[in-house]
Amino acid sequence: MTVDNDTQSAPAPGGFDSDNRQAATIGDSARDYVNRLRGGDMGSLPAILGLVFLFVLFASLNDKFLTTYNMANLVVQAGSICVMAMGLIFVLLLGEIDLSAGVAGGAAATITALMLIDYDWTWWTATLAGLAVGAVIGLAIGSLVAFLGIPSFVVTLAFFLGLQAVPLKLIGSGGSLRFNDEVLRGLSIKNVPVTAGWIAAILIVVVYAALSLWSYRTLSAKGLVHKPLGLVIIRIVVLGAIVLGVTALLNANRSPNPNFLEIRGIPWVLPLVIALLLFWTFILGRTRFGRHLYAVGGNTEAARRAGINVTRIRIAAFIICSTMAAISGLLLASYVGKVSPGSGGGNVLLYAVAAAVIGGTSLFGGRGRAIDGVIGGLVIATIPNGLGLLNQASYINFLVTGGVLLLAASVDAISRRRRSSAGV
Amino acid sequence: MVQPLLELRGVNKSFGVVHVLHDVDFAVYPGQVTALVGDNGAGKSTLVKIIAGIYGRDSGDYFFDGKKVEVHGPRDVAHLGVEVVYQDLALCDNLDIVQNMFLGREEKGRIGLDEIAMESRARETLASLSVRTVKSVRQSVASLSGGQRQTVAIAKAVLWNSKVVLLDEPTAALGVAQTRQVLDLVRRLADRGLGVVLISHNMGDVFEVADRITALYLGRVAADVPAKDVNHSQVVELITAGRSGDLGISENPANASV
Repeated sequence: MTVDNDTQSAPAPGGFDSDNRQAATIGDSARDYVNRLRGGDMGSLPAILGLVFLFVLFASLNDKFLTTYNMANLVVQAGSICVMAMGLIFVLLLGEIDLSAGVAGGAAATITALMLIDYDWTWWTATLAGLAVGAVIGLAIGSLVAFLGIPSFVVTLAFFLGLQAVPLKLIGSGGSLRFNDEVLRGLSIKNVPVTAGWIAAILIVVVYAALSLWSYRTLSAKGLVHKPLGLVIIRIVVLGAIVLGVTALLNANRSPNPNFLEIRGIPWVLPLVIALLLFWTFILGRTRFGRHLYAVGGNTEAARRAGINVTRIRIAAFIICSTMAAISGLLLASYVGKVSPGSGGGNVLLYAVAAAVIGGTSLFGGRGRAIDGVIGGLVIATIPNGLGLLNQASYINFLVTGGVLLLAASVDAISRRRRSSAGV
Repeated sequence: MVQPLLELRGVNKSFGVVHVLHDVDFAVYPGQVTALVGDNGAGKSTLVKIIAGIYGRDSGDYFFDGKKVEVHGPRDVAHLGVEVVYQDLALCDNLDIVQNMFLGREEKGRIGLDEIAMESRARETLASLSVRTVKSVRQSVASLSGGQRQTVAIAKAVLWNSKVVLLDEPTAALGVAQTRQVLDLVRRLADRGLGVVLISHNMGDVFEVADRITALYLGRVAADVPAKDVNHSQVVELITAGRSGDLGISENPANASV
């Protein structure tokens, strides 16, 4: 760059007067947030409101709902939905859809179970085989979408139908494979030792606090855009309260018969989901790949002109989605304790799509975060959990879930319209 | 005469049976704004896309800094230091200004992207172009006005120390005040020693900032003249008829065999 006379060498805090507005006070941040909501940028707010509503509703209808035993059960049930929803976010970010994720998970779980039972593989080689099945399915879908340009809706609908044949052929209709490997089944039925759980929880809070404060200091020292200190502290306190609260809840003895049996500790599913959440949050927010994913979802042509390999991004998104679906299928098998030909069919996929969308991921592409899948997954898992306690017929379950999906999609579409009219 | 920064000689381009460009010569000089004018279908966009490396050439040579270069795609062109700011802007609405300016060329830190370095550089660049109209470099591009978007797109080109910047209809969708900002910016780019190509339909804009005018007529160069040597009506004649007085194509190519 040739030096110009009016070039300002100072790293420009003075350049944009209103920048400081963003960093001013909590009040300003709150006002910004309200403006964003008005402009249609709802984020996870609908999911959190939905979660509160469902908790109040079910707690008032059934006194077993809020027991620690049921809460731990809810965490385990939500695990597979959250994982699949996190995977789906990658294709939803591109404005695509993967209807086959549920059955891909079923196929992967079938392969893993077969390897364990028929070939005596160790749990981790069998798991890798299952994940490889997912990755190959994703590669196939992604290639068909990216190279041939078939709409993902059609490709994945074909895979949804075709992949149901895999478990049916390998297991045989009416049969099922037991899924009782100590480690894999243990994900759902075993718990983290109480002390280890506390250490991990405290570590998460401390690391989060340290990173937030460090980032605040660096950004404010360099005069870059940053959140006000008050907001940073509020976030740390809220996260700390949630993490430590959940840990305390799950570390209490939750046995229905506390005199005979002691059940305490965080189910192993939860740390797995959190690890995946942290990993994908980092990938989406802090790597080139993540940035390019958002760019392709926001404006494919702009991404292509910026030199981004759109084909590669597309295929990668489908591979991630199907691999996450495989993990989700394994978690589902772990929860149920068996794999049957119908595993991953039914409303498994729609639960996950609903979870991602309720969490704040847009069906139109370009908007979404990994945490959306976790928050949304918790909301969706609450529905069958609560309805199950109420002994409702299963048709109610379908009706409610369908209604919730439609509601979430409407919120998404309406907020998108508001965004385009408000230009936020 | 100064050596051109970027020069095309004898470029031909056909799409099937349609011969879009005939032996086009085109030159961009450092520190000058070259206006590329022509009616719809004259071949402006095709020429820009050939310069940008999006289209190949059927024949003709591509020179950069006096040296003949082989150009096979947009990346080669970007490596030379040629940036194109497209009419439809090529910004991602869901990303913020910094993210858009570094799109495809993000800077890496030790762990992940180096947001601090990127934001600092984006600020410096915008400040050096005296861009003060944006509220914050971290606001999403969706919330910007047309002029601000155009500014960001141009600043993106400058950020990469480009030597040649092509602007495709930068003021087409803008109001009076915003056009003013963008034209000032175009002038500042040239004053920094960049070669600037301005593609425009608006003769007012062209005469305000251009040093040279290259007029295309039905895929041929009708004239390549200093802006001060021609007037408004001559340029309009060059665009619509391919000739004006002793300027322009001697034989009307519309009647010639194609």
